[in-house]
Amino acid sequence: MALLKTSKFISSVGSLTPSLATLPIRASSWWTEVQMGPPDPILGVTEAYKRDTNSKKMNLGVGAYRDDNGKPYVLSCVRKAEALIASKAMDKEYLTIGGLGEFNKACAELALGLDSEVLKSKRSVTVQTISGTGSLRVGANFLSRFHTVAKDVYLPKPSWGNHTPIFRDAGMQLKAYRYYDPATCGFDFTGALDDISKIPEHSVIMLHACAHNPTGVDPRQEQWKELSDVIKKRNLLVFFDMAYQGFASGDIDRDAWAVRYFIEQGHNVLLSQSFAKNMGLYGERVGGFTVVCADAEEAKRVESQLKILIRPIYSNPPMNGARIASTILNTPDLRSTWLEEVKGMADRIIKMREMLVANLKKEGSTHNWQHVIDQIGMFCFTGLKPEQVERLTKEFSVYMTKDGRISVAGVTSGNVGYLAHAIHQVTK
Amino acid sequence: MSIFGEVPQAAPVAVFKLTADFREDQNPSKVNLGVGAYRTDECQPWVLPVVRKVEKMIADDHSLNHEYLPILGLPEFRSSASKIALGADSPAIKENRVGAVQCLGGTGALKIGAEFLRRWYNGTDNTKTPVYVSAPTWENHNAVFSNAGFEDIRPYKYWDAGKRGLDLEGFLGDLESAPDHSIFVLHACAHNPTGTDPTQDQWKQIADVMKRKSLFAFFDSAYQGFASGNLDKDAWAVRYFVSQGFELFCAQSFSKNFGLYNERVGNLTVVAEDQDNLNRVLSQMEKIVRITWSNPPSQGARLVAITLNTPELFAEWKDNVKTMADRVLLMRAQLKEKLKALGTPGTWEHITEQIGMFSFTGLNPKQVEYMVKEKHIYLMASGRINMCGLTTKNIDYVAESIHEAVTTVQ
Repeated sequence: MALLKTSKFISSVGSLTPSLATLPIRASSWWTEVQMGPPDPILGVTEAYKRDTNSKKMNLGVGAYRDDNGKPYVLSCVRKAEALIASKAMDKEYLTIGGLGEFNKACAELALGLDSEVLKSKRSVTVQTISGTGSLRVGANFLSRFHTVAKDVYLPKPSWGNHTPIFRDAGMQLKAYRYYDPATCGFDFTGALDDISKIPEHSVIMLHACAHNPTGVDPRQEQWKELSDVIKKRNLLVFFDMAYQGFASGDIDRDAWAVRYFIEQGHNVLLSQSFAKNMGLYGERVGGFTVVCADAEEAKRVESQLKILIRPIYSNPPMNGARIASTILNTPDLRSTWLEEVKGMADRIIKMREMLVANLKKEGSTHNWQHVIDQIGMFCFTGLKPEQVERLTKEFSVYMTKDGRISVAGVTSGNVGYLAHAIHQVTK
Repeated sequence: MSIFGEVPQAAPVAVFKLTADFREDQNPSKVNLGVGAYRTDECQPWVLPVVRKVEKMIADDHSLNHEYLPILGLPEFRSSASKIALGADSPAIKENRVGAVQCLGGTGALKIGAEFLRRWYNGTDNTKTPVYVSAPTWENHNAVFSNAGFEDIRPYKYWDAGKRGLDLEGFLGDLESAPDHSIFVLHACAHNPTGTDPTQDQWKQIADVMKRKSLFAFFDSAYQGFASGNLDKDAWAVRYFVSQGFELFCAQSFSKNFGLYNERVGNLTVVAEDQDNLNRVLSQMEKIVRITWSNPPSQGARLVAITLNTPELFAEWKDNVKTMADRVLLMRAQLKEKLKALGTPGTWEHITEQIGMFSFTGLNPKQVEYMVKEKHIYLMASGRINMCGLTTKNIDYVAESIHEAVTTVQ
């Protein structure tokens, strides 16, 4: 953490105890004791990438989809939805605290499936949130206030970097269960089962529904079944984070399988959804938070409390993105276009994984790169060590995070050969 | 046995419940004087013409995409929004000691400011610093600060029900007796819910005490331009405090003055002593944003930024704002005239003396209940009415109803 810099000497006034002598205005600042916040590691990667003048440079830190030309991709269903919305010349009146009703309904149906018993019996509540982060935050606040029997949230090791500070700031305690096996670059199934079987009752367990971030390692369906069993035995509260539905396998139902299976097995889950990646609506901040309850009456009570939590954060959510998402989900031909386009994104990612491995073999690499193909979603835990990552950056202008994670979205058919070459050079 | 079995049903937020009740009411004469959103003389929401124009510009610009904004928001929005609050020629801006965080509406700006203050103001993680909000104030102020962790939220005297005006003596007295370093939430203009603002002279007195006692000024500016029709006039108090050397926060909302209610466009302007302090403050605010909403929504900020940074559009916007402010002023004048003409007991000068969207009518809870139940005129239990809900078509009915309420209900 950066050291404090003070240009003037100031006695302990203001920094330790509240009721102290008056500070003369402009002789000193209120903020002298404020430390410089640490730079965001991922942002740092992008900053360094921008400064690099090498024409072959690659940014594999970015967590946003890129097309095969390395450009941001606005889905055509999004453009069409926007045109449709513009033609209606709607007003800009406040949404309710819980957000756009037609969006919430479609959001829940997308995750749970149209034929879901939960939806039929109206025993869930879905509120519109500020994308995935906002959803997790509302969920964390809800748990902190109402799940008083247990304060622990168990995250997979590793998990998305922002999970920990979100839950911690909400007042929860963070613990972990084994997940990623660096020896295989795969799922540490026995380790996970072992750890989970020891988690104290009523604790919250966070599960990535699909396309685990940052490893790309997902359990297989038979493994999910066993996980569900042991979680049920331990009587844990399940919180699914689903940021990549459709984006992982290309099939929205397949990607939601774990969520639906758990619900069928009787877990009344919490669920965060994001439409940042699967609809490319990153900056519009589109997400949902769902609580599956015992019955409709409980769902109403929970909904009322979610509103009380949301109001003092931002009053009510932004319309634009939710309107676009809702239009897409609720307009048949836009929805089918979306399904094609999200599959297109997923397919490109899968293709890049295959090409990377093929090119590594062509380069003469004798390492086992199967995990690059087995992993799923935007990210890949390459297995590269920090020194190797540093060499990739310094010698080849390939930018990624120190943990060896690459965003496959940053790989194109034009640069995959170069990437394979670079990786081979630092690993042979 | 559900883990949520003990979760109690929360009471609905009053102002939204009022609108819900209004919607369900089948009476043809019904009038909604509740929630604070502008209405035209046809009682319709009004999307500003300049907003429609810029929306189209954005839609037609296919070079634009939906990528993430930076955590602190769209840079051209943040800087132009701060200029609106402080003035383009603000010395503080020239001295590079003004920064901003794009937030989710005015609420979001208050939230980020409150979270920062709890962590870093008056010590670190000092939840005991008193936070003063006006009596009365916007009902969400309390919750924003208490949810940020502040344990001691107190009222400062503000509204004098007897004289239907500002209780300056009480206000100054509370400032004097406040512990040093206390935080004061000040309404920059068009006080919500009373519509009663301090005069410039009174602001000077307030600033004097605050400076002497090192009280922190946290301005809530939700109606700039909307109050008097003039942006600079409505920003006088904030700019005065800056000129007096205060480090302060100003939570700006563009919901009303741009009519962008549902796009959640807000800006937390930070004025610090110098650039170094400013940078450290912003770096910590970034961390708070990251665990709250990661980065803000793009549409509304783009719209405002383009408008404020394009001279012809900026001029058109100011004109649109004046249109809204003028209609409100007209309704105020007419309501007062009608009440006087009816001979309604009491003085009604406050209706034109008050400013902005709201008016504290002075109606008591029983009279309010009468208005709602018998006359189907929906207003807050506090007696607050939204002047925008008045039109040339319903103003007679409303005036007569107020007359009835005052004369028949005690």
